[in-house]
Amino acid sequence: MFDSKRLVLAHFWVASIGFLIAAVLGEWQMYVRSPLHAWISNSELYYRSVTAHGAAMAYVFPTLIAMGFGYAIAELALKQPLIGVRWAWIGFALVVLGTVTAMVPVSMGLASVLYTFYPPMIANPFYYIGIVLVVVGSWIWVALMSINLHAWKKSHPGEPIPLAMFASVAGAYLWAWTSVGAAIEILFQILPVALGFKSTIDAGLARVFFSWTLHAIVYFWLMPAYIAFYALVPRAIGGRLYSDTMGRIAFILFLVFSMPVGIHHLFQDPQVGWGIKFLHTVFTGIVSVPTLLTVFTICASVEIAGRLRGGKGPFGWIAALPWKNPMMLAVAFSFVMLGFGGAGGLINMSYQLDFAVHNTQWITGHFHLIFGGAIVIMYFAIAYDLWPHLTGKALSDVRLMRIQLWLWFVGMIVMTFPWHYVGILGMPRRMAYFDYGHPAISPEALSVTITFVGGLLLVASAILFIVILLRGHIGNRISLPIFQFSVPVHPPTRLPAALNSFALWITLMIALSIVNYGYPIAQLITLKQSSVPAIPVSVQR
Amino acid sequence: MAAQAELRWAILVIAIVVFLLGMVVYMSLHWALMPPARIETIDPTTLHLAGEFTEGNLGTAIEPDGSVTVRVIGQQYSFTPQCLLLPANTPVRFRSTSSDVVHGFIISGTNVNVMLEPGYISTFEATFKTPADRVMPCHEFCGVAHAAMWARVRVIDKKDFFKQAGKERRLSCV
Ligand code: HEM
Ligand SMILES: [Cu+2]
Ligand SMILES: [Cu+2]
Repeated sequence: MFDSKRLVLAHFWVASIGFLIAAVLGEWQMYVRSPLHAWISNSELYYRSVTAHGAAMAYVFPTLIAMGFGYAIAELALKQPLIGVRWAWIGFALVVLGTVTAMVPVSMGLASVLYTFYPPMIANPFYYIGIVLVVVGSWIWVALMSINLHAWKKSHPGEPIPLAMFASVAGAYLWAWTSVGAAIEILFQILPVALGFKSTIDAGLARVFFSWTLHAIVYFWLMPAYIAFYALVPRAIGGRLYSDTMGRIAFILFLVFSMPVGIHHLFQDPQVGWGIKFLHTVFTGIVSVPTLLTVFTICASVEIAGRLRGGKGPFGWIAALPWKNPMMLAVAFSFVMLGFGGAGGLINMSYQLDFAVHNTQWITGHFHLIFGGAIVIMYFAIAYDLWPHLTGKALSDVRLMRIQLWLWFVGMIVMTFPWHYVGILGMPRRMAYFDYGHPAISPEALSVTITFVGGLLLVASAILFIVILLRGHIGNRISLPIFQFSVPVHPPTRLPAALNSFALWITLMIALSIVNYGYPIAQLITLKQSSVPAIPVSVQR
Repeated sequence: MAAQAELRWAILVIAIVVFLLGMVVYMSLHWALMPPARIETIDPTTLHLAGEFTEGNLGTAIEPDGSVTVRVIGQQYSFTPQCLLLPANTPVRFRSTSSDVVHGFIISGTNVNVMLEPGYISTFEATFKTPADRVMPCHEFCGVAHAAMWARVRVIDKKDFFKQAGKERRLSCV
């Protein structure tokens, strides 16, 4: 049984096509700002492209993957038909409509304000309205995930919620609360100005609201990847999940702790006091805990697979792993990138070191490695794992999948390592061109060229990904075994309520956010004289 | 065995959560007792008319108490002044703001890194060890010509700096 195939396919296809277009734009950006290209004569085009690339990669692509994967999980893990399929299609339509609504002004050059908005720059209102529609579409998904879970709970009183569903719903609640920050910023601060009802805006307050979304959105992006770590990887490579409980704890920690940390994006800002900055630093340390737990649990689960396959000794199990299996390859690459990226993340996180890298190319290098690398490579693996169940046809070209994953991994390393390096040299981000003849900048020229070469590999990989998915539709019909999620070493039979429901954790999530954000927001709202004139981008001075 | 390892992890996690909640309580009490951190606001539309950011007051100044302050503003798409003249081995107080959108700057080869937001004054202190010429790009997207917004910083020997400062009220190297 898998009734919502078309729904899930629609999400994955729109996500993948958006991803391909955005990847090509990314590579174009790489090219024009590199020494290979003369100074771009109209730098507005560069920012048009970065706005489209950033908004597509940060908002549209991961949201559609999370939604599609979530619906698949709701049906496959709960083993019940999806409730509210019609609403799910409405949500999908809103995301598509919102994407088009936002991208039209972006492509016309009326909204080159990047995906972070940053008032008092104000773009064409349709850009913001489009983003709001995308978010509203995703809120429908949140509601449906919750409704499906509750219906299942009613008919299965006291049974443990399957881990994949538990995690997916945690991700949905996390997103619901995270997106509120940007929603408030857009609805109450930006749109009244963009629509002409107001002419001033508090730029500092807007950054505080946006930071509420900007950090935790990262955890929304990584949810599908982490769900795959726990619920797909051990099964796909013939192992067991080492600990179901640890998975639940990790997802709960993400839910509770990813919001009250966002002000670490504002270390250098004048409108937030040091006390709040310090508090958010401490919490930022904590959100690394669920990732550490995950690395431990997944490595242990992979080891189980190696041993079950006859691997012996302290390292023999590694050789015994099914390296030809795309899922195995993807998770290994993902962990390597997570390792490097995590080390870099520790630097961003510490208040002192952040001053060396804030808003430099280090930051863009860092999130391409973690998000574009470690997380997106798992999106590929998820698509490959689900595809036969969605199309009913075999996805037989395993070699091509391996090539695609290798290209993405190598491309990411080649692209992001020099990208980090120029950041340390002090190269600022979001620059349409650089004066490579200047002695302060010329040492960075070679590195920027290498990042361009890495990008080429990534574009090749992105195209291959689409080719593989397309070929999945024309393969041989096969009859598949029913879809299975990983089986834990000790399947839970009874769970304490804390590990099987969300009420407590949602309360804690909201309470912590109110403590950590309430103070700075209240302080800024009560400040006099902090609103400033809006600057529409269409009438550039 | 697996169950035990799990238990240990869980205990660790609970300990962390308790620690954090303790932090929250501590910090809340701390704030309740302390005056709120001073956040300075300023009206960007009247910057050039009166107050400390009028054109004649920008650049590096020796304050009556002998300390060094540099005042800079960012606007689409330049800084004023476009070249900061600073003494080496001397604590320098930066006071800076924006007259239009969000900007920021870094000074290459140093840890100076700050956001400039219209409506707010950013202040911080920095000391530059050696005389050098450095670049100071705007590092937050501020509009189509953001990539053109680079200023310079010239750090000179302390003695030379104070000699020059005797002659001019505000220093810069534009
Ligand atoms: C072919 C692969 C890719 C290339 C060549 C590429 C390249 C770039 C470049 C050149 C920028 C602009 C950086 C700047 O001006 O500071 C950028 C920004 C960005 N990229 Fe990518 N990228 C790629 C893939 C991805 C992926 C897979 C993601 C996430 C899923 C992603 C997310 C972003 C985001 C969110 C921004 C916005 C940055 C901003 O507004 O400053 N990119 N990318
Ligand atoms: Cu963050
Ligand atoms: Cu700028």
